[in-house]
Amino acid sequence: MELDPRQAPRESAVPESLVSCKDVCKAFGTTTVLRGISMEVRKGEVVCIIGPSGSGKSTFLRCINALVPIDSGTIVVGGLDVHKADIDKRALRRKAGMVFQQYNLFPHRTALQNVMMAPMHVLKQPRKDVEERARALIAKVRLQGKEGAYPGELSGGQQQRVAIARSLAMNPEVMLFDEVTAALDPETVGDVLVTIRELAAEGMTCILVTHEMGFARELADQIYFTDAGRIVEQGSPQELFGSPRDPRTRAFLERIL
Amino acid sequence: MSAGKETILAVLVNWTPYILKGFAINVFISIVSMALATVLGVVVGVGQISTNRAVRSVCWAFTNFFRNAPWLVLLFYCMLLLPFQFRVGGVAVAIPDWAKATLGIAIAAAANMSDLVRGAIQSIPTGQWESAESLAFTRRQTLFLVILPQCIKRLLPPWMNLYALVMVSTPLCAIVGVNEIMTVAADILAANTRHDLLIPVYFYILLLFFFYCYPIARMTQRLERRFAVIG
Repeated sequence: MELDPRQAPRESAVPESLVSCKDVCKAFGTTTVLRGISMEVRKGEVVCIIGPSGSGKSTFLRCINALVPIDSGTIVVGGLDVHKADIDKRALRRKAGMVFQQYNLFPHRTALQNVMMAPMHVLKQPRKDVEERARALIAKVRLQGKEGAYPGELSGGQQQRVAIARSLAMNPEVMLFDEVTAALDPETVGDVLVTIRELAAEGMTCILVTHEMGFARELADQIYFTDAGRIVEQGSPQELFGSPRDPRTRAFLERIL
Repeated sequence: MSAGKETILAVLVNWTPYILKGFAINVFISIVSMALATVLGVVVGVGQISTNRAVRSVCWAFTNFFRNAPWLVLLFYCMLLLPFQFRVGGVAVAIPDWAKATLGIAIAAAANMSDLVRGAIQSIPTGQWESAESLAFTRRQTLFLVILPQCIKRLLPPWMNLYALVMVSTPLCAIVGVNEIMTVAADILAANTRHDLLIPVYFYILLLFFFYCYPIARMTQRLERRFAVIG
C-alpha cells in the first residue's frame, strides 16, 4: 500500500508523539472507569494495552477518538486537542481509524461498498479512485473474490478483515484495535493477526486492546498493563512479561498465561 | 312485495359495478393517506431522535397525541376545522371532503408510523452508529447511509400491517359524508326497500375488504418470518 503523503516525514531522527494522553479520567455516573491514564505513542509504534476485563481498556480507546468524552485530563492526537469541547471530531476520526470487537460492518452493503463508503462520502474522493484503492485493500487483507459478498455471508474473521480494510481506506495515521479477535472463532483469529502484523511491519501506528498475550509479546513496542482504571505497569514486552514488577501484573499474567 | 322480485344474488350482481366504484374510492383514500402518513411518519419519527431538543419534543408530542386519538374524532376535526376552500392568488380552490378525510386518516397513521420508525431506528445496534461515527460520517450521513437503509427491511412488515389498518378504517369516511362504499350500500338499501338485503349487502362489503386485506396480512407474516431468520 502506498504511503500517505501526510506521513512522509516518518524517517525524522526523533519520532514525534502521535498520541499523547495525560491523566485521563472518566466516570459513567457514579462508576469511575478511568482514574488518570497517561500514555505516549510515537509514530510507527505498536502499543498493546492488556489487563483484566472491566479495567477501562476499551473505554480508554474510545476516548482517543472521541466516541466517549473525557471528564478531565488531556488527549492530543496528531496535533488535535481531543479533550477540548470544540474538537473537530470528524478531522480527528480521519486521523484515527477504529476497529471494533463486533466488526460493526454495515450489513446492507457488500464488502467492497463497506470499504468505499467513507472515502466517497466523507473525503468526497471520486468513485473510480476509491474503488481501485478499495479493491487493493481487500486484496491486502486477503479477501480477493469476496468483494461482492455481504457481511452476513462472511465468517467473523473475514468480516473483521473487511472492517480493517474499511478503516484503512481513510488513510488514518493511527489505528485503534478494540479486542478485535475476542469475538472470533479460534481458527479465524490467525488471519486477522496476520493482517495486523503486516500493518505494523509497514510502520502503521497501532494501539491494541487485546487478550492475545503471545501476539502482544511478539508485536508490541510498549505494553501497558491496566487495572481498575489505572496503568499499573508499562514497559517493553521483555520487561513486562519477563520480569513484571507489580504483584497485580504478576497475578494477571499467571492467570492468563 | 312486488311479484317480479329479483333474487338477492341478482341484486348484488346488478349493483356490483357501483359497489366496486365505491370500493375503489376506499382503496384510493387508503393509498393516498398511507403515502402521506409514510412521508410524514418518517420525518416525525426521525425527529423523535433528533439531537435538537425542541424538534424532539414537538415530534414526540405529535406522535403521542395523535397515536392515542380516536380516528373518527380526528376525521371530524379535519372535516370541521379545514375550510371548504382556500385561495391561491385570486382563485378559490375547493377542498373536497375526501381530501379532508384522507388528511384525517393520514395524521392518525403518521403518528403510528412515526413510532414504528423511531422503534426501528432504536433497534439498530449502537455499534452501527459507533463505527459510522469513527469513519467520520456526520450524523446525517450516518442516518441516511447506514441506519435508515437498515430500517427499511425491519419496517416493511409493520408498515404493511398499518396499511391494512388504514384500509379497514376508511369506511369511517362515510360518517363524515364522503361517498364511498358504505354510502353505496346505503343507496342500494334505499333503492330496494327489502329487509332481506341488509345482511347480504354488508356481508358482500366485508368480503371485499377481506379479499383485499387478507393477502396483505399473509404477505406481512411471510416477510416477518423471513426477516426473523435473516435478522
